[in-house]
Amino acid sequence: MPLFGRPKFASVTYIKKPSNLAGPTDIAAETVSKEKPKDTCKGCNGSTPQHEVTANLGICPKCEYHNPMTAMQRITLLSDANSFRELDSNMKSVNRLGFEGYDRTYLEKVKSTGHNDAIVTGLCKLDGQEYAIGVMDFRFMGASMGSVVGEKLTRLTEAATSRNLPLLIVTASGGARMQEGCLSLMQMAKTSGALARHSLAGLPVFILLTNPTYGGVTASFASLGDIILAEPKALIGFAGARVIQTTIKAELPPDFQTAEFLEKRGLVDRIIHRKGLRRELSLLFSYFKPGIDARS
Amino acid sequence: MENFSLEFERPVRELQDKLDKMQIFAREHNVDMTRQLDELEKEIETTARDTFANLTPWQRVQLARHPKRPYSLDYIERIFTDFLELKGDRCFGDDAAIVGGFAKLDGRPVMIIAHQKGRDLKERNRRNFGMAHPEGYRKALRLMQVAEKAGAPIITFIDTPGAYPGIASEERHVGEAIAVNLREMFNFTVPIICTVIGEGGSGGALGIGVGNAVMIMENAYYSVISPEGCAGIIWKDGTKAAKAAEAMKITGPDLLEMKIVDEVIAEPVGGAHRDHDKTAVLLKNALLRQLANLDDLSPEGLVNHRYERFRVIGAYA
Ligand SMILES: [Zn+2]
Repeated sequence: MPLFGRPKFASVTYIKKPSNLAGPTDIAAETVSKEKPKDTCKGCNGSTPQHEVTANLGICPKCEYHNPMTAMQRITLLSDANSFRELDSNMKSVNRLGFEGYDRTYLEKVKSTGHNDAIVTGLCKLDGQEYAIGVMDFRFMGASMGSVVGEKLTRLTEAATSRNLPLLIVTASGGARMQEGCLSLMQMAKTSGALARHSLAGLPVFILLTNPTYGGVTASFASLGDIILAEPKALIGFAGARVIQTTIKAELPPDFQTAEFLEKRGLVDRIIHRKGLRRELSLLFSYFKPGIDARS
Repeated sequence: MENFSLEFERPVRELQDKLDKMQIFAREHNVDMTRQLDELEKEIETTARDTFANLTPWQRVQLARHPKRPYSLDYIERIFTDFLELKGDRCFGDDAAIVGGFAKLDGRPVMIIAHQKGRDLKERNRRNFGMAHPEGYRKALRLMQVAEKAGAPIITFIDTPGAYPGIASEERHVGEAIAVNLREMFNFTVPIICTVIGEGGSGGALGIGVGNAVMIMENAYYSVISPEGCAGIIWKDGTKAAKAAEAMKITGPDLLEMKIVDEVIAEPVGGAHRDHDKTAVLLKNALLRQLANLDDLSPEGLVNHRYERFRVIGAYA
């Protein structure tokens, strides 16, 4: 389904919702990976052998389209070899609401991703500089935020605060996890509260927005970076484009909710090509080092 | 709207109409119908009690959206004195979907921040159905900062279907505006008491909802997404909203059990819309009670209390 004349960069499809719906957030379940043959690029429809794309950090060699990375691929890209120590890898979701179908979907995703939920957190080093990292994995239920994502991120932030470390969160999410009801909404507050303490300790937060980042994640930690970075052409917003279109009954600007749109409007500090990400992040860390050292 | 009533309210409504007619008849024909009138009143009371004793979550959602339900300004004029509205986000404009300002609660200065819906068509449009743009959330934050300086407790009333999903909202970063409120609300050293008085619609509700105490009215809901939206996504069928309302556990007792709210405020039989004055008294009593509890805490204690309150919410193993 073409997304407002921008099929090139649409990696999500939106299922039509009723027009009287109220909640603008949380498009988790309506963001589903577009099924396409393996070798067809979502950016240019060109075909490049999968191994060539993978070897190129998931970037299409023809059009520079940034394909999603798994959490572990991202951590490997952004850390020194063997420096990553994962935290809370065993934490699992509990179907507190007894929500129909949640257990089955959840277990399927555990099986297919090898992770227990939609975020991997831990401590690592980049060019010898220690920092805390959390990476969302869109393959796990659209990286929707439920209790596990909220709790792991909160613990990570608390660990960063007590160890005097900078924090990087790589986001990708459809929003809050509906199957956990209001518990997932509250994770927005919980994670933001932990970031408040981290910030009061004088420590920096870096956010890397990747495609797509929406809903309750945008309306909490994803927008709370001292530095907010984004990958090229990533779609980022609060309400899903389809929800907005249904509400306002008008065409959306062609670049609506892209990283470029948000950079122009002042939300994003820098759009970074994935190939330059490691170097720029290391450089950014180094700029904060004197401030952090002075406090420890 | 004068004649508006929900499907399940109809039996009560019909008896009420009958009562009205009987009263007119008695007056016009000058006959004593005291006994019949008394009986009918009792029947109304019983019917209302029965109907409202076992409301489904979806029925409560409908009550939360009832066009005659008291809105924030209805409560403000009944509960507080000397309300002094303060406007604007000092940046873009004044968002009428959120009102705020100083007021006095039994003589004590407080800062009120509240979603406001409109009663008639013109007012509804002006208030944008209680759906705020970024500037609404930024005004709210500014007024909370004012309250911090004044040492005034912050009292918020939540009543929104959600933050407004539109181009302007996204251009001015409504997600960021809400996020910053969530973070900053953890830092204030004055007591914060939040009450969901009607609709607690997702991030747009939470954006003024980080309190030391969070309460909800009996016929209000607090949810991560609207029941219609949830049904549309999960079951691809927006008409299964009643099922979604049930499944997401969005009303008082469930929220209390999950520690998402600290108190459920009872409404008069038949719902808040049947007696604004009485409902306001019940809400006022709850506010005074919560405030008295929080007065025992030091400024630092309040900050820690708020953090711990939200820190423990979640279900994981
Ligand atoms: Zn390509």
